[in-house]
Amino acid sequence: MAEFVMPKLGADMEFGTLVVWRKQPGQMIHRGEILAEVETAKGVIEAEAFASGTIERLLTQPGEKVPIGTVMAVIRDNGAAAAVTAPGPTPVRPEPTVVATAIPAAPSSPPVDQTRLRISPAARRLAQERGVDPASVKGTGRGGAIMSEDIERAAAAKAALAVTAPLVAAPSTADKAAAMRQVIAAAMARSKREIPHYYLSTTIDMHRALNWLEQENARRPITNRLLYGALLLKAAALALREVPELNAVWQRDHVELKPAVHVGVAISLRQGGLVAPALHDTDRLTLDELMKNLLDLVSRARSGRLRGSEMSDPTITVTSLGEQGVEAVFGVIYPPQVALVGFGKIVERPWSVEGEIVSRPVITATLSADHRVSDGHRGAIFLAAVDRLLQEPEKL
Amino acid sequence: MTSDEIRSTVIEALCQVAPEADPAQLRSNISFRSQLDIDSMDFLRFVLALHEKLGIDIPEKDYPRLTTLDGCITYLTRPGSS
Repeated sequence: MAEFVMPKLGADMEFGTLVVWRKQPGQMIHRGEILAEVETAKGVIEAEAFASGTIERLLTQPGEKVPIGTVMAVIRDNGAAAAVTAPGPTPVRPEPTVVATAIPAAPSSPPVDQTRLRISPAARRLAQERGVDPASVKGTGRGGAIMSEDIERAAAAKAALAVTAPLVAAPSTADKAAAMRQVIAAAMARSKREIPHYYLSTTIDMHRALNWLEQENARRPITNRLLYGALLLKAAALALREVPELNAVWQRDHVELKPAVHVGVAISLRQGGLVAPALHDTDRLTLDELMKNLLDLVSRARSGRLRGSEMSDPTITVTSLGEQGVEAVFGVIYPPQVALVGFGKIVERPWSVEGEIVSRPVITATLSADHRVSDGHRGAIFLAAVDRLLQEPEKL
Repeated sequence: MTSDEIRSTVIEALCQVAPEADPAQLRSNISFRSQLDIDSMDFLRFVLALHEKLGIDIPEKDYPRLTTLDGCITYLTRPGSS
């Protein structure tokens, strides 16, 4: 048997509301196929199954709001029995729990006697800092001891519940926008509070890239044309191979490098707010594949059809505000990621070429990075690699 | 196609990428970008929608002529465009 759990679809998500099941008991499902639609503060997300088999039971009803990690369905493996869960740090709960109270930490836990609370000094200190009552937290340490990560989880859940509360009762568009704004606010405030950012920028000559693109698009059918944004994404993704510590996530007290490059593409939504879903394996895609996948991703992001893995997988974010006339973007890192790359507007500037001043289209590329993970020297190597790669667009 | 038919097709294509667009409020000589916050990705999808609906190729160098409703109608009703 495999379990389908409420997936964690973003750094700040602690709960999700089941909108609809796409499969019913008795039906077959394959790994990666959409099993459910889940509402989060960032919209309705299509959640994929992480195992193949036959739907045995559905344990959550549409409209139910459950914490991440809650078992929502059981999938019968037609071969050997195996428990498979969606990725995420929260342990699977034995039973689904409808969240209805303000303290989400462990609604199904029995009351804990404060005088016998087993909690490490560090966790107790953290609980005070985060405003969490340790008595309401279920410990996951030895003998049920409350660890720092339990406090962190409870604090995050408390914040998430506060911001997702408007979603419980048929939220209006304005409520959804407000909820998304609050989620963004929580993530950005956490980022600025916890991540020691450093910022670098460089100006890149784009004339080779744009000339190549113009010639390339002139010979391509209308359905296969490229946008310069595709070149920027590919260059950033390839540059990460040279500075892999920027393609990583920060987990509590250490960095975890990610072997695959899943660039989160910042996409503004027409109703307000933004999402940054993953463009999977960005560095391995051809420009044609990248462009096709990007069009699909933007289209689905703006129509509310993103998939769970796209929300949970980004390993770095790339944002571009050039079309709004901005020349440089110094972004705020989206935790737990450790870097964000920004591109501004392409502008004509005087440029020195072999002693001659000429006019060139240039773009400002910026890097916001986590100083716990990388130093300015490595960040500079990354931006230099982006520049170098964009000078040979035909090799991207 | 008549000018009115082209106009309807353009608005239909536009509403595909900007569903919140109100055709009645659309000003024909103001850029889609400034009225509807259309970015390059939306614009590409708009051009692709026109291509699908009208079955015509639109060279990239002509994209700047399609940034307003008036521009689209002028460009798409010119001789030999469809």
